[in-house]
Amino acid sequence: MTEPTALTVSVNGAPVAVAAGTTLDALVATLTDAPTGVAAALNETVVPRGRWTAAALSDGDRVEVLTAVQGG
Amino acid sequence: MSDDLFTLGGTDFGSRLIMGTGGAPSLDVLERSLTASGTELTTVAMRRLDPTVQGSVLSVLEKLSVRVLPNTAGCYTAGEAVLTARLAREALGTDWVKLEVVADERTLLPDPVELLDAAETLVDDGFTVLPYTNDDPVLARKLEDVGCAAVMPLGSPIGSGLGIRNPHNFQLITEQAGVPVILDAGAGTASDAALAMELGCSAVMLASAVTRAQEPELMAAAMRHAVEGGRLAYRAGRIPRRHFAEASSPAAGRAVLDPERPAF
Repeated sequence: MTEPTALTVSVNGAPVAVAAGTTLDALVATLTDAPTGVAAALNETVVPRGRWTAAALSDGDRVEVLTAVQGG
Repeated sequence: MSDDLFTLGGTDFGSRLIMGTGGAPSLDVLERSLTASGTELTTVAMRRLDPTVQGSVLSVLEKLSVRVLPNTAGCYTAGEAVLTARLAREALGTDWVKLEVVADERTLLPDPVELLDAAETLVDDGFTVLPYTNDDPVLARKLEDVGCAAVMPLGSPIGSGLGIRNPHNFQLITEQAGVPVILDAGAGTASDAALAMELGCSAVMLASAVTRAQEPELMAAAMRHAVEGGRLAYRAGRIPRRHFAEASSPAAGRAVLDPERPAF
């Protein structure tokens, strides 16, 4: 039994180490438990929330997790 | 005024004041200001999620039953703006977007080339696009031509409080537009909002004028009344400007008095 390979992904501009096989769903859950109001882009492409569980991360992926703030 | 609804993107609004939420010192002040403004449509920005932040502007808008309008503030290219709009659609469940594509940080003026490009892409993608634009009648027409649901010309740079620097351009835009024209950016005080409505704007969008006022709640109420007053004045039709006076009292029937012998 070997340790799962660690990947390094960029999350909102900061490097984060995650286990191989980590999905977008699990990654976002480390930031927030909000059921709505959050969106994620993987390598500059929007991933709809319904597909987060199927989106496995790869080494070097760039993830942006956004929400609404005061503005405009 | 239920007989004078503001229709935007196929939706009717009773209020013609669109508020921004930026610059408010706290969510409490924001909530009271939005309530005083009577707004039914309010913008938010999309930013990286910060797990340490407590409270959300979304919960304030939900509590007040104000419709949320995400913007693309901070985008400098069409590509960034389109991606931000799509993220906002995912996060907030709305295909409405206040499209902002600015050219530089110092002026925050719209980049017309990138703006038009982004507008066309988002319209094709099914968005209701409300573009923040220059006070340029030609660009306004082109934005309408690609299918934008409104045009939102700036009165003066964002947050400057310099009011409407080119009222003539606003009039040219409102006279030709087949979609609502909404003053966006530059309002500093109530008279600026009233002027926009008198020039034929369908609505006014503002944030800093209220959120950065010494008394935001009071200014929000002032803006509400200014927009309503300006709208009524526009509908009423102002008198033409004249070079000389025109007496409002009748000339006929005056008493004949001896100016050399005053009674006192």
